[in-house]
Amino acid sequence: MKGLLLPLLLLLAALPVLLRGGGLYESLTEGFREGLGVLYRIFPPLGATLTAVWMLRASGALEAFTALLAPLLGKLGLPPEIGALLLLRPLSGSAALAAGAELMERCGADSLAGRTAAVLLGGTETTFYVVSVYFGAAGVRRTRHAIPAALAADLTAFLCAGIFTRLFFS
Amino acid sequence: MMDLIWVGLILVSLVFGLLNGRTAAVSAAALEGAGAAAELCLKLCGALCLWSGVLKLLEKGGAAAVLGRLLRPLLLRLYPEAREDPAALAALAENMSANLLGLGNAATPAGIRAAKALARGNTASDSLCRLTVLNSASIQLIPAAVCALRGAAGAAQPFDILPAVWLTSLCSAAAGLAAERLLRRPGR
Repeated sequence: MKGLLLPLLLLLAALPVLLRGGGLYESLTEGFREGLGVLYRIFPPLGATLTAVWMLRASGALEAFTALLAPLLGKLGLPPEIGALLLLRPLSGSAALAAGAELMERCGADSLAGRTAAVLLGGTETTFYVVSVYFGAAGVRRTRHAIPAALAADLTAFLCAGIFTRLFFS
Repeated sequence: MMDLIWVGLILVSLVFGLLNGRTAAVSAAALEGAGAAAELCLKLCGALCLWSGVLKLLEKGGAAAVLGRLLRPLLLRLYPEAREDPAALAALAENMSANLLGLGNAATPAGIRAAKALARGNTASDSLCRLTVLNSASIQLIPAAVCALRGAAGAAQPFDILPAVWLTSLCSAAAGLAAERLLRRPGR
């Protein structure tokens, strides 16, 4: 059953396009091209931040930082390894992705820390980026309570990532 | 913002490298990091492009429009002023359905249109605050990039984190909306 999921999804996505008058194959390849475009845009910031994160790890700063935050994170029910990721998550999407990739390489994708990192990356957004894009575009200067409320949502997501990952995977 | 973060990270690495006597390793790591990013992008490429193709099919097949219609009652509760503004409602529906499907390219322009409609002069309205909170809580059905990252890192089942991601997003969005209500002050 599990092996059928992806083929069925492909078919389910394709059929409505076919019924609506075609252009199926063209749409599919256009999607692939857009995916390539995403990678093209992701690589420069990812390369820049991954360079910094790799240096941070080699210098021993990441270990020191992890040790420093471990007691606090332990109380919150989070694996100590994700400390750097927590700090970077609301500030920079590519830096958070870089920290997540580093963590998965070091601890393993299926370790508790690796899974918590993935849940956290999937369940949150780059808060300050979203705020600056939306308020900037709307020409709004006084953001009122938007940032504190968005950060409260982030904090909740951090805690929930720890709780639900432990619930499902340990 | 990124300037400061990046310089900060490099500076901290340098200081710790000197303190720990690991400056050679730090230099080597600078080159390895960029290489690792290239390797990662190659590993992500196939899965990300396939997923992007599927999303394109869903979009062309009208999935986003159907989802937008289903979301209307919820949107009218979240953004009461959209009742009198069909253009804003359409933008909000497009933004939320694109977010749910993970269509980042479509979500942001729609979100910006909605933000413009909800703004009141240069002060954020309650609805605009809610829109920002919900967009920063990232409610999406399939976080494809993260699952591709898990796959690239050798996860046995890259998608097995989905239920945990959904619950995390939902709780985070609920907490954000509650915080928006509690922190709201009358008189702007």
